[in-house]
Amino acid sequence: MERKIRVLVAKPGLDGHDRGAKVIARSLRDAGMEVVYTGLRQTPEQIVSAAIQEDVDVIAMSILSGAHNHLFPRVMELLKEKQIDDVLVIGGGVIPDDDIPGLKAAGIAGVFTPGTPTTETIEFIKNNLKRGK
Amino acid sequence: MSDDVQKGFDTYEAGVDRALAKFPERKKTFSTGSKSPVQRLYTPLDDGKRDYVKDIGFPGEYPYTRGVQNTMYRGRLWTMRQYAGFSTAEESNKRYKFLLSQGTTGLSVAFDLPTQIGYDSDHPLSQGEVGKVGVAIDSLADMETLFDGIPLDKVSTSMTINAPAAVLLAMYIAVAEKQGMPADKLEGTIQNDILKEYIARGTYIYPPEPSMRLITDIFAYCSKSVPNWNTISISGYHIREAGSTAAQEVAFTLADGIAYVDAAIKAGLDVDSFGPRLSFFFNAHNDLFEEVAKFRAARRVWAKVMKDRFGAKNPKSLMLRFHTQTGGSTLTAQQPDNNIVRVAIQALAAVLGGTQSLHTNSRDEALALPTEASVRIALRTQQIIAYESGATETIDPLAGSYYVESQTDRIQKEAEAYIAMIDSMGGAVKAIERGYVQQEIQDAAYACQMDIESGDRVVVGMNKFQIKEESPKGLLRVDPIVGEQQVARLKAIRAQRDNARVQTALKALKHAAETTENLMPPILEAVKAYATLGEISDVMRAVFGEYQQKVIL
Repeated sequence: MERKIRVLVAKPGLDGHDRGAKVIARSLRDAGMEVVYTGLRQTPEQIVSAAIQEDVDVIAMSILSGAHNHLFPRVMELLKEKQIDDVLVIGGGVIPDDDIPGLKAAGIAGVFTPGTPTTETIEFIKNNLKRGK
Repeated sequence: MSDDVQKGFDTYEAGVDRALAKFPERKKTFSTGSKSPVQRLYTPLDDGKRDYVKDIGFPGEYPYTRGVQNTMYRGRLWTMRQYAGFSTAEESNKRYKFLLSQGTTGLSVAFDLPTQIGYDSDHPLSQGEVGKVGVAIDSLADMETLFDGIPLDKVSTSMTINAPAAVLLAMYIAVAEKQGMPADKLEGTIQNDILKEYIARGTYIYPPEPSMRLITDIFAYCSKSVPNWNTISISGYHIREAGSTAAQEVAFTLADGIAYVDAAIKAGLDVDSFGPRLSFFFNAHNDLFEEVAKFRAARRVWAKVMKDRFGAKNPKSLMLRFHTQTGGSTLTAQQPDNNIVRVAIQALAAVLGGTQSLHTNSRDEALALPTEASVRIALRTQQIIAYESGATETIDPLAGSYYVESQTDRIQKEAEAYIAMIDSMGGAVKAIERGYVQQEIQDAAYACQMDIESGDRVVVGMNKFQIKEESPKGLLRVDPIVGEQQVARLKAIRAQRDNARVQTALKALKHAAETTENLMPPILEAVKAYATLGEISDVMRAVFGEYQQKVIL
């Protein structure tokens, strides 16, 4: 039996907007993935710890507060410290186009901004998984 | 007469049925923006047993369906109150002066997330967040800068602050005092609505019980010392943004209101001592008619709640006064100029719905905080409605519309059913604990997204009429150096202030928090001693604990 894709949907930082994260989480579940949603106010440390604990294939972070340039690279740093390089990390929310190249350079594989259909995110995950390759 | 109407309607319908065979309608179902079914036509047949005097009435008179003031905009326009704030107090002060110069008639302060959650700019959790979504306020010094050169006796200020609302209110009072303004002349609002933070907004600090205590302490303090201040802005805006329907927006907001009134009465306050200074905050989405009906229904439901349920006697306690903000979640990153049009429709809905105060979003809402140029257009939108549209020449112009009165009644009924449901759970606090409110909102949000992706819900420029877009240029960016600047400022404040006075003040606050003393006086003293927001909030964290959000998916 094929192992389901496991995803951690996380809200880094102080941002309290969780509509998008919850919609994404539910759509990934409906697409057959196993989803753990962290809830609000996760530090990068908490996100990485949860990702390890839950043994996820994907970390999906949602942020609308403008703190992504600090928080996303910090998550990548921590993953590197723990020598984890087979987890697909993606992000979404209110993230200016100008910031996306920097985030990608830090290791965020995809950034999904307002107006992205959930189907696009689902396809991206399926096509870009690092584990099982 | 109604026999004739019925006959005429039956003939009309028969004609439609014949026509549909050849010319089907564009969709299978027609509904409001909140997915409530909408008839092809509304006629006097839909008026039912509605009584003009009892159910619709007159402006400024119970049940206030047509408005809370008897001359409404003919007497005074709504306050044009643009929510603003970013980066440092200096930068935000500049923006406030710009807005006032362009014709806003009230101020509205946006604070950054660390400030909203009671963290100083040098707290580890503040990294990357300082000044991003609003102004960073760490102490009274920042507040003084924020209002420098702004006469607090000429301008009213709304502050979007919840968990630490008491602290920011104390700072505002202290700033005014320095300007020579006594607190009893101050006009303004603090949002101070913790329940919706638990439901939909997320900037909580303490658990429900001590949070309610803080809120009722503010009610009591202001009723004596700051009588012209709106002590709370019971909010539906964020509930709607999180995905709720229009009826849920009314229901969950008023249920929260009921919880606050209950708490205040339990704390020993007379309903008419704080009732007149409760205010509300609603959204304005795209379906103009549903939104207008929603505002009218909200006024009617709240008036009945205060009169019948709480026995309020002062007419002011029965009046639902509200601020409106146009719906941010309806605006698109794609073809952002289209948002100007959306905001115009939404703002018109708020005006036709009788709002007391209005914020219009800027076209760059989905992308960044507004530039001066963008916010100016948003403000001009209000001014054009006020001076050019004719909407302010008469009161409640849509009253009597078969459609609008029908929607008003429908939303009232649905809201009252939700309120009864929440009552059966033991009230809003319990309903939130159970996750009932959050689940309803989430379900509606998911359904909305699925409708967009299926194409059933058209969003112009996003899933229909798309173009190939260039990356937007000239967006507002907050300089990351703000974080460092605030940290340096904090160091300086802590070095310059009378630290003995601060320690004494914080000790007194701790004592008050551990007893049932009103928290406003000790907070005021701490603020005047230049204790920081974080220091003050941490004293209360130590006594009250922190709220642990239950994850509801």
